[in-house]
Amino acid sequence: MKIILVAVDKPSSEALIPAGRRILNYQQTIIYIIILFCYLSVVKAGPQLLSVDIDLNDTEKLQRGARIFMNYCSGCHSLKYMRYNRMARDLGLTTFTGEVDSSLLKSNLIFTSANIIDPIENSMPHTDAREWFGRVPPDLSLSAREHGPDWIYTYLKSFYVDKKRPFGANNLLVPDVAMPNVLAPLQGVVILEKDKNGFAHSSSEFVIVDTGEMSEQQFDSTIIDLVTFLTYVAEPNKTVRKSIGVLIILYLFIFLIVAYQLKKLYWKDVN
Amino acid sequence: MKSFRLGSWINERFPLLSTWKKHASEYYVPKNFNFFYFFGSLALVILLNQLITGLWLTMFYTPNANEAFNSIEYIMRDVNYGWLLRYMHSTGASAFFIVIYLHMFRGLLYGSYQKPRELVWLLGMFFFFLLIAESFFGYLLPWGQMSYWGAQVITSLFGAIPYIGDSLVFWIRGDFHVANATLQRFFAFHVIGIPLLMVVVVFLHIVALHKAGSNNPEGIDIKNHLDDKGNPVDGIPFHPYYTIKDLVGVIVFLIGFFAVVFFNPEMGGYFLESANFSPANPLTTPEHIAPVWYLTPFYTMLRAIPDKLSGVLVMGSSLFILLFMPWLDKSPVRSMRYKGRYSKYALMLFVISFLVLGYLGTINVTPFTQMLARVFTFIYFAYFLFMPLYSRYEPYKQVPARIK
Repeated sequence: MKIILVAVDKPSSEALIPAGRRILNYQQTIIYIIILFCYLSVVKAGPQLLSVDIDLNDTEKLQRGARIFMNYCSGCHSLKYMRYNRMARDLGLTTFTGEVDSSLLKSNLIFTSANIIDPIENSMPHTDAREWFGRVPPDLSLSAREHGPDWIYTYLKSFYVDKKRPFGANNLLVPDVAMPNVLAPLQGVVILEKDKNGFAHSSSEFVIVDTGEMSEQQFDSTIIDLVTFLTYVAEPNKTVRKSIGVLIILYLFIFLIVAYQLKKLYWKDVN
Repeated sequence: MKSFRLGSWINERFPLLSTWKKHASEYYVPKNFNFFYFFGSLALVILLNQLITGLWLTMFYTPNANEAFNSIEYIMRDVNYGWLLRYMHSTGASAFFIVIYLHMFRGLLYGSYQKPRELVWLLGMFFFFLLIAESFFGYLLPWGQMSYWGAQVITSLFGAIPYIGDSLVFWIRGDFHVANATLQRFFAFHVIGIPLLMVVVVFLHIVALHKAGSNNPEGIDIKNHLDDKGNPVDGIPFHPYYTIKDLVGVIVFLIGFFAVVFFNPEMGGYFLESANFSPANPLTTPEHIAPVWYLTPFYTMLRAIPDKLSGVLVMGSSLFILLFMPWLDKSPVRSMRYKGRYSKYALMLFVISFLVLGYLGTINVTPFTQMLARVFTFIYFAYFLFMPLYSRYEPYKQVPARIK
């Protein structure tokens, strides 16, 4: 959205005005506008996020992401706009006949008393959650649309040990976040190098002082799987949408050719 | 025995054929319409799109503060092709403003508001005001954070009115803050009140246009040169010439429209703001409250003025002043092609100020952007306020009698 087209009708009085008297010509003005917009877009820059590539067509990634979510996140966070059977169908968790594999779901992914047609909720009472964390952990159905995959990726990689916090962990992206670092057993112990005054900056570096169950690379790809899954959950129709879109646009292009030829035929005698 | 003919049976009872002739097959329009003349018919196509997708969305949407947000996600996930209806409606809203802004720009460029088309312009402006109201009411309905706080901010503006302000805000919201009562009345306005008025105003806009006849890029009056049948020499019947030409325009538009709908419905947060994927929460404000892009130029003017009441007045008059266009332009010629250079620079500066003000409304305020906002607010108003001077005294070119 940074390219702005300024449509200006062709100047027809150009010949009447001596070149020396013109203050600015159209080209110069447009260049100045572009410079102004470039400046303004630099001003806009916010906090730096790590970037992550999301491939929603990678079913294995989505399946691994679902496993991580159900094992590490679903105790506190719900996905109340997503149903188990919808997720199973889209993630290929089906039997040979193409039906949702309910026993696979129940033994591996459903940890509550939910049926496969139910939404993905959890059983943590809100009053308890408020007492434990100070707030109810948010539903994550739309987190990838609200914050974006890059934000979630950066957030999950920004936890570090902080003894001052109730759960012993803090987050650089969301300082003093209520959430404990639930992925610590996988990632290991991470500390943040602060400056000599004891302040954390966006340029501060994370240092892994004790390895967890996963290597740094494994952990990174696990986080990407999880973010991919959350991106899918935020808009389960996204891949369908794009494949229908290709057909519609293709049809419109063919229609355009026909309509344009017809227009030319009708207008032959006008000009 | 005369055979029964449906056509003549109807025409004896209803002016079907004569209306078709008068407004389509024998309605003569200038033959030299250019790119900018597509946007009238495109606006009509979008209006139709909004009415139809809106009707279907209403079937699944729940206008209640507890369920509104959930019902949107129900449409997005559980209703068959509900996501398509919703994206067509949300993209349609932004497309409507793009098309209407270009349609208005065309009017400014070729002087389409000048005598005898003042009423066409005024009715068009009423439509624009209705469109702003319609989009504002509609934006509350998803009941997301931005919906809620946007409505909270805009309704609070009425509080700036002396003496009655506070009770007026209370009366508008139906509660002490934006709440279920507000949502339900906004829903009523959005689905029936405003759309009904919009359809009537569009009808009147077209009736007024067909009375005066269409202007053209040259600003030449084609009715001054008629052939022996009494038809304009430089005119061609609207049907089939412009119906087929507009069809091509509509398809090109639809390609762009559906490219957004299917591949980028959020348009980088400009068409669907990311904060709106979080349900309305009266206890926490979003980091940065901004209206959707199409209202940001006016929002920037509001923010640029330190005093609330003056800000509201400036924002209101930035819209209101558009109504006076037909009487501010004192130029003897219509089209920018024959006006002098002051008019050209004035229009160019006006367009730039509108774009810059729009952009500034999407970013956070800094002292520098605040200064820019004031400068461009001044330029915005200067375009109108100095128009009687520069349009009257500048040298202009002679308009030819015929379209080449």
